[in-house]
Amino acid sequence: MNSVVCISQVPDTESRIKIASDGKKIDETGLKFIVSPYDEFALEAAIRLKEAKGGEVTVISFGPDRVAQALRECLARGATRALHIKGDATAADSLGVARVLAAAIKTLTYDLIFTGKLGVGTDSALVGPMLAELLDLPQINVVTKLEVGDGKLTAHREIEGSEEVIESSIPALITAQKGLNEPRYASLKGIMAAKKIAIATQTLQDLGLSDLDIYGRGVKLISLEMPPEKSAGKKIEASDPVAAAKEIVAYIRDVAKAI
Amino acid sequence: MPGVIVVCEVNEGKLRKTSLEGLSIGKQLAAAAGGELAAVAFGSSAKSVAEQAGAHGAKMLYAVSSGELEAYSTEPYTAALRQVIDQVKPSVVLFPGSANGRDLAPRIAARLGVGVASDVVKLEWTDGKLRARRPMYSGRVFGTYELEGQPAIASCRPNAFAVEAAGGTAAEVVEVAFEAVPNRAKVLETKSPEAGELTVSEADIIVAGGRGLKEAANFSHIRDLAHAIGGAVGASRATVDAGWIDHQHQVGQTGRVVSPNVYIAAGISGAIQHLAGMSSSKHIIAINKDPEAAIFRIADLGVVGDLFTILPALTEEVKKAKAH
Repeated sequence: MNSVVCISQVPDTESRIKIASDGKKIDETGLKFIVSPYDEFALEAAIRLKEAKGGEVTVISFGPDRVAQALRECLARGATRALHIKGDATAADSLGVARVLAAAIKTLTYDLIFTGKLGVGTDSALVGPMLAELLDLPQINVVTKLEVGDGKLTAHREIEGSEEVIESSIPALITAQKGLNEPRYASLKGIMAAKKIAIATQTLQDLGLSDLDIYGRGVKLISLEMPPEKSAGKKIEASDPVAAAKEIVAYIRDVAKAI
Repeated sequence: MPGVIVVCEVNEGKLRKTSLEGLSIGKQLAAAAGGELAAVAFGSSAKSVAEQAGAHGAKMLYAVSSGELEAYSTEPYTAALRQVIDQVKPSVVLFPGSANGRDLAPRIAARLGVGVASDVVKLEWTDGKLRARRPMYSGRVFGTYELEGQPAIASCRPNAFAVEAAGGTAAEVVEVAFEAVPNRAKVLETKSPEAGELTVSEADIIVAGGRGLKEAANFSHIRDLAHAIGGAVGASRATVDAGWIDHQHQVGQTGRVVSPNVYIAAGISGAIQHLAGMSSSKHIIAINKDPEAAIFRIADLGVVGDLFTILPALTEEVKKAKAH
């Protein structure tokens, strides 16, 4: 059972996000980068499959030099191979990113492709289904439970307030939701073993793509801005709960007009 | 010919609210872009929404009524929508930002070789192109994008666009015959939601609980109020991680990003990840015993006090107000 896990490296979710002076990028100065949290569930699912059934877990990412650190971390947790496609992923739209990943994955042998349900930060939730389409694979999105059998899999997909049980043929693409598993931490042994694995690198040109195919097209960013600072409203001390409750109801009824 | 089509979801013979929101903004875009507004619906009840779609501005309803489209599944729906798009050649295709809308939009976009602006909160037709504003970093930054694709594709965040009645007559139904395709990922079963529970992404009112509840059983205070007021139950990450409540209820950066009319946060201190998920709510009410809690910095009405006495009192007062 060979898996490919597509990961993106994103600013730590605790980060204070600032816009760079060009108004089009996030200021990366001093930012700590992490593997996007949903990609961790994706990686863990692939590692567990490898442990149960054997095979390779290839972790792959498109991005600048700093991405190598994220790939290294995935190797330390149990991925067996890593591929870094070098480029400026922030200058491509989601379809561009999916095209790059698809071109790289077409050179690999795989049974399942995993990725997170969205990349934290850009919050688009597009690359997974786009990649499934480009590779002509069935997709099961936002998966909270997965069982892989012989030539087919069963997955639970989260939908509004409920879930679906989906049966799919293999190969297939899965996007991982929180709840799929508890991602492990890297062990010291894992960290040492990962140091012996070389991270393969490729450029867009190596994949037969040109910059013009990928960058600055499609959904183009015009500007970034911070939302208006929300200011605090009225604050009351609730010494009498009933009086406080009446004031809240009055607010909901008269201001929000929701009762 | 239609300039804008809105992919609609039908539930028990009616359009879902997110579809009405899509039609409402779609109508404005069609007026600016030139061309008509059309709705698209799938399954045997597709035609039943002609009147409702018309009342919200759709001139046409493309109905792909095949029984194979009774329930959503990625591959058949992608094929069916492709047929409609090939026939209509719209400038803009809008999707509701629902689980299925967000599954289908990127799939069809990749098939057509165009991008998607997902989870948008504002759409404008400017200089012959669609411009979309969307939250990023869980609402800590907003990006404005220009869509070059033909068609331009966007999914709309629930509750971001107002539902406006256009007063039109029933949409003209255009039947589209479905050319079936293999479906490799089949839905075996849909587990029904807990009876009467609203989901946080679509709710107008959310009552959310945090660590201040002290234990799982005390979520009953949150549920009672949510039930009385007709809202959904939300939760902070800490309570989900502690196993007090299911992840479906989590609001914040690794949960749902929501923007209801009213958000009531009880016993939630206001970690940056939680605030990111709810700060665009229109009216925020916070109940917390710690007067320094970060949640008070963004609350429109902050109540410093004990949630264990305030929530039951509030539930009673809401019931009284509703009874009037």
